[in-house]
Amino acid sequence: MTNAEIREEVLEILESIAPDEDLSQLDDAVNFRQQLELDSMDFLDIVMELRKRHRVQIPEDDYVNLASMDSTVTYLTPLMKDIERV
Amino acid sequence: MYDTIIIGAGMSGLAAGIRLAYYDQRVCILERHTTIGGLNSFYRLRGRDYDVGLHALTNITPKGTKKGPLARLLRQLRISWDELQISPQLGSDIVFPGVRLRFDNDIELLRSEIAQEFPAESDNFDRLLAAIVEYDDLNESHQAISAREKVAEFIRDPLLVEMLFCPLMFYGSAREHDMDWGQFSIMFRSIFLEGLGRPQAGVRLILKQLVRKFRGLGGELKLRAGVKELMVENGQVCGVILENGERLEGRRVLSSAGWHETMRLCDDGQPVTARGSGRLTFCETIAALDVEPRDLGHVSTITFFNDSDTFHWTVPNEPCDVRSGVICSPNNFAYEETTADGHAVPGTMRITALANFDYWQGLDERSYRLEKLRWYDRITDSAVRFVPDYRSRVLDTDMFTPTTIVRFTGHDSGAIYGAPEKQLDGRTHLQNLFVCGTDQGFVGIVGSILSGISMANQHCLKD
Repeated sequence: MTNAEIREEVLEILESIAPDEDLSQLDDAVNFRQQLELDSMDFLDIVMELRKRHRVQIPEDDYVNLASMDSTVTYLTPLMKDIERV
Repeated sequence: MYDTIIIGAGMSGLAAGIRLAYYDQRVCILERHTTIGGLNSFYRLRGRDYDVGLHALTNITPKGTKKGPLARLLRQLRISWDELQISPQLGSDIVFPGVRLRFDNDIELLRSEIAQEFPAESDNFDRLLAAIVEYDDLNESHQAISAREKVAEFIRDPLLVEMLFCPLMFYGSAREHDMDWGQFSIMFRSIFLEGLGRPQAGVRLILKQLVRKFRGLGGELKLRAGVKELMVENGQVCGVILENGERLEGRRVLSSAGWHETMRLCDDGQPVTARGSGRLTFCETIAALDVEPRDLGHVSTITFFNDSDTFHWTVPNEPCDVRSGVICSPNNFAYEETTADGHAVPGTMRITALANFDYWQGLDERSYRLEKLRWYDRITDSAVRFVPDYRSRVLDTDMFTPTTIVRFTGHDSGAIYGAPEKQLDGRTHLQNLFVCGTDQGFVGIVGSILSGISMANQHCLKD
């Protein structure tokens, strides 16, 4: 997947986790938690959804990389570049 | 081979099951009883539907609320607010001699009642509110500060302190006399800052939604499948043996049966930790009326009463403690439209009182039946000091005692709120055996659902 496609995937995952949130104004450089009502359980779901949808395994120590959209896409690029976006 | 075997198809077990099934685990929920629900179940008797346990759900926030336990559990289970069909309470009250404090799902009512009844405490109450709002329940550092001591730093009038503790203890505290400040803050928010609500169809609606979701995700549910023993090898559980002898293998087990109840299933020679058991249990009388309670002048959803200035939250010396109680009228919620269901009960009054398990347990069958009749009357006599006397309108009655609770849920001593000391991390001496439900964390429907979710998240998902 390209960076843009990875970003789309992450947006879809965020939509499924927090359907009431308005994601259209998301600032990629700012931490998710500062813009959205996400708690630690929701963050776990981002990890779990990536595993469920794309079999991407993220070790617990790396969760910190998922703080913002930019950092998330950067982190996921090497892991997801070979995956086809359906 | 299951990824996770869950013991108990109550709220926490079902919620955990949904989380695990959603993330593609092979999950089996094993329930001993003939039906689901556990401490929050439902039944039908002589043509009427009743709830077990449910007076109201706590933590009710309006649709669209993003914060708080209800919003969290809806997101985690991927259930919409509408699916639970919750209607808010009409309004409840706390009644002590000479004083009544009303409250509803807007904290402003309670604030104005306190301003009226305890004017000197008005500002103090606001300071207490601020402190409670600040308490962070996901990042809890277990401090064991006495709630009574902490609240007394804000509220000077002991009667107001007692009146505030009364509903929070009933809804509920596993610990006698006091609770810790963290627990107090959580309960206070659940009941006074958030609120009470109920689906008109009762708890069966919630349970059926949960089961439907669980099964829809591929989860397996086996009823009449009590676990006799856990198979333990090299410090790990490898499966369960059912009462009927059947063996099921699993990579891990999550049990909502209760701490001691689960430890007994291990039987691996490990000495059981000296953890106190829950001792607080109840009797409840249920009366089906031929009239709506509001037509008798009773519009209160829940009335918490106490007949003196001091509230006693402890195992009673008598079979039932009629000095205090909870009067619940399930009709007194803001339902959208009345069900045109022929099974609907026109009016129901439920009275709950603290009870002594040992007493009820020690009765032979005949004495048990007679005592139920005697205490039905005494509990009702006590309650009609605080609500209109509905006794001439009764069509049918039912009553449960602590032994009823044990019989249908297997929870020791009928302690519906579990042990006073919770196993907050859900861990046991075995690396792949975990506990959820009332002995792990929060109580009540929302509390136990969140318990199931968080234990599944913490221990069963992160492989």
